[in-house]
Parts: sequence; structure tokens; C-alpha cells
Amino acid sequence: MITGAFDYHRPRSVDDAIALLSQHGDEGRVIAGGHSLVPMMKLRLAAPSHLIDLAALDELKGIAVADQAIVIGAMTTQHEIIADQALAARCPILRETAALIADPQVRYCGTLGGNVANGDPGNDMPAVMQCLGASYRLRGPNGERSVAARDFYEAAYFTARADDEILTAVEIPTPAAGHGAAYEKQKRKVGDYATAAAAVMLTLAGGTCETASVALTNVGETPLFVEAAGQALAGSGLDDAAVTAAVEAARAAAEPVSDLRGPADYRRHLAGVMVRRAVERARRRAAA
Amino acid sequence: MAKTAVSMTVNGRAVEALAEPRTLLIHFLRDQLGITGPHVGCETSHCGACTVDIDGKSVKSCTLFAVQAQGAEVLTVEGMAGADGTLSVIQEGFMQEHGLQCGYCTPGMITRAYRLLQETPNPSEEQIRWGLSGNLCRCTGYQNIVKAVRYAAEKLQAQKEAAE
Ligand SMILES: Cc1cc2nc3c(=O)[nH]c(=O)nc-3n(C[C@H](O)[C@H](O)[C@H](O)COP(=O)(O)OP(=O)(O)OC[C@H]3O[C@@H](n4cnc5c(N)ncnc54)[C@H](O)[C@@H]3O)c2cc1C
Ligand code: FES
Ligand code: FES
Repeated sequence: MITGAFDYHRPRSVDDAIALLSQHGDEGRVIAGGHSLVPMMKLRLAAPSHLIDLAALDELKGIAVADQAIVIGAMTTQHEIIADQALAARCPILRETAALIADPQVRYCGTLGGNVANGDPGNDMPAVMQCLGASYRLRGPNGERSVAARDFYEAAYFTARADDEILTAVEIPTPAAGHGAAYEKQKRKVGDYATAAAAVMLTLAGGTCETASVALTNVGETPLFVEAAGQALAGSGLDDAAVTAAVEAARAAAEPVSDLRGPADYRRHLAGVMVRRAVERARRRAAA
Repeated sequence: MAKTAVSMTVNGRAVEALAEPRTLLIHFLRDQLGITGPHVGCETSHCGACTVDIDGKSVKSCTLFAVQAQGAEVLTVEGMAGADGTLSVIQEGFMQEHGLQCGYCTPGMITRAYRLLQETPNPSEEQIRWGLSGNLCRCTGYQNIVKAVRYAAEKLQAQKEAAE
């Protein structure tokens, strides 16, 4: 399978990369790990005539964990996310999620920035970022701005990122010490995208759920932040009625289509099952 | 589209050849350099038969343009045996434990197992299965591949202890 022809650029700075993007407009495309883009180019679903490789941009790499925020450079790979001990200590759901993405080879190449910028509803990190309340740093010819993950996704492959902007980093408010979080993903086999998946983060105080957030993967055109599900859990003792209300809210928010992974009704049902399991696991992980 | 000179180190040897930017690394290795150990299985990033080691990472060479590997250190199954043809311990493991039948997946399996053992010298069965989960085999049912990697891990550990 051969892709369309293109000119290859390997800029030495983010500014040079942005200049190339601005110059080539619609015809230009950045490549990070290439493990979503190259398959799309082979299928000619993407045919950029200028490919701008971000590989040489060290300023886009690295994981910084602090008390207030965790900042992860866009070019940080899924493999690096799994390996980072400081990150796993403060925000273990990222290791858990990265380990459920694709297979080892793909994770050596695939980047966090590519995963969240891609806009494919099958990508796993976007819902997790919505659950964690993360925001994306975007840099373009007119400077920098930040967009919340919950506002970023517009439709399949359409995001708030402008064509001449580069996603430079993901910023996550450091989850509270003692929080519990879980990512539950139903897939047919290793390396498959989710039939349905759910991310849940919560905090407990004296057995009562203080805060909770819930987001879903691959049961709609975009990742889905389900505010009502978090509201159903917050303030409750995570008793069966509250969890069932959250499950119902997730099922109501899900808009899956029927595809090779199953009929729409099944996938909606599964979205609820994933939420129930993720709440259960997050609860066990949280300090009471 | 104009061809550009692409250079890299493959199995310790500096190489350079002309390639279009869209030339995939697997085709660059096989067609331009005559390095045919890495196989084309699916060409859709799923099977792992094309796996090579690039700068310490296992990569599916059908999912990378050769230009992306400009300047990189690439290791293929051809680089595993000693200069005199002595098999590497992993290759020996595949032979001893019958870790292959048709052999099509084997170069990818061995190259991936090499990196896995660099990172996890004493892997459990579960770690081996997880570590090789990007490599498909249509023949063996995987059991003997897992045994082959365990064989190599044990022998490498023993060699290391003997050296200490
Ligand atoms: C066999 C296989 C199985 C997979 N399974 C899963 C899975 O289960 N779950 C999952 O989430 N993913 C899966 N993936 C996708 C994989 O995780 C990708 O690596 C990831 O989605 C994209 O990251 P990338 O670095 O490869 O991005 P690329 O492919 O390089 O880019 C993807 C898109 O994002 C844009 N982009 C990339 N980086 C930036 C940036 N910094 N700023 C602006 N735009 C940018 C590119 O222009 C492109 O449009 C799978 C891939 C394969 C090949
Ligand atoms: S040929 Fe590359 S993964 Fe199958
Ligand atoms: S030995 Fe035949 S595919 Fe693995």
C-alpha cells in the first residue's frame, strides 16, 4: 500500500513548523508518531502534499509532574507514559489507559499529542482527558491559547484546532491525593479500538463521594463528557441507586452507530457496563 | 516526486540510498538495500512481521516512512547472529523450542523479543505474551514462541551470572 506523494519537512523549531503549516495551508499536515496518519494515507483518506515531521522538536517532549499540574509534551509517546513512575504515582489512570492502546510497537511511536489531536472517536486518551479536566495548549502564528478537552471535539476528525496550529502540550490539573480513577475498555482483541469504554475519576470523604467525573470513548462522533453521570455520583454514598443513575445518564448520552464491533443497542448497553465497572474500581482505589 | 538521499545505520553498517519521501521503511530495507528479513505481512500495521528495532524501539517498518528513520540506528533479524554465523540466544531459543513453523512471523518475533528482553530481562509468561502482543503468528499457537523467549531469558540470565 503506497501513500500519495508528498514533500517531507523536518523543522528544527516549533516556530518553523508553524510557518510551514501556515505556508502550505490545507496541503500541509504534521506527522507525530504517524500511527494514525500513515494508515489513513495508505487508504488515501488523507493525502497531504507536505508532511511536517515534529520528531526533531525536543521542546515538545517530556513529562513534568508538579503539585498543581501535570504537563505532558505533545510528542511524548504512549510507551514513555507507561514507563514514567512519577506520573503513575500521581495520575495512574494515564498508565492504565496507555497500556490499553494498541500494542507495544504502536506505543513506541504513537504520541499523546497525536492521540488527542487526531479527532478519531476511537482514540482512548481524549475521554480520559475530558474526565481529568485537562486542557490542550495550541500554538499558531498568532501565539498560544488553551482549549479545554471538554470543548475541543466538534465532530469526527473535526476539532477546535485551527489548521495552522500545533498542539504543544496537554495540561492536567494534578488529581487530588487519594482520588480513585479507572479506565474500562471493552475490545475484541489486543490492538482493537473500544467497542465502548469509560473513564471515571472520583474522590471520597467519609464514605461519601465528593467529586466525580465520567467520560466515554467510541460511542459517539466525539468523546463524550457526561456531566449528568458525575452529578449522579457526587454527594452520594455510591450506593446502587446513585451508580445506576450514572449508568443511565451515560447510556442516554451515548450515540453509538452499528458497526463491526456490534449493533448500536449493544454498544450503548456496554457503555453503561463500562461506567459501572469503572466506578467500582475507582471507588476501591480511592482513599475513603 | 523527487528522490532524496536517505542514510541510516543498519545492523552496524552505514547505508545510503535514494528514496521518495513516501517510500515506507519496509520497502526501503527490502527493495533498496536487499535486507529481506523483515517481512511484509499485512502492510496495515497489524501483524508485526515487519518489526525492526529503531534507536531502541520496536517499530512496524510498514508504518514509517524511510525518511523518518534518517540518521537512525536500525537493527533487523539479519543483525542478530554473530559475524561467524553463531545464532543469538533468542534465535537458538526459537530453534530449540520449535518457536516457528513456516517462519514468516519469525523475524518480527525475534526482533521484538530482543527489545523485550533488553527492557525486561526476566519476563513472566504474562509479560512475554503482553510484550509480543503486536506480533501475530498463524502457525504455532504461540505456546512455543513463549517458551523460546523464556529459554533465551534463562540462558541470558545464566550467562550474566557466570560473568559476574
Ligand atoms: C494497529 C493499531 C492499533 C491502534 N489502536 C489504538 C487504540 O486502541 N486506541 C487508540 O487510542 N489509538 C490506537 N491506535 C492509534 C495510535 O494510538 C496512534 O499512534 C495515535 O492515535 C496517534 O498518535 P501519533 O503520534 O501516531 O499521531 P499521527 O498519526 O502522527 O497524527 C494523527 C493526527 O494528529 C495530527 N497531529 C499529531 N500530532 C499533532 C500535534 N502535536 N499538533 C497538531 N496536530 C497533530 C496529525 O496531523 C494527524 O492528523 C492504533 C494504531 C494502530 C496502527
Ligand atoms: S506488515 Fe507491518 S504490521 Fe503487518
Ligand atoms: S510460524 Fe508461520 S506465521 Fe508464525
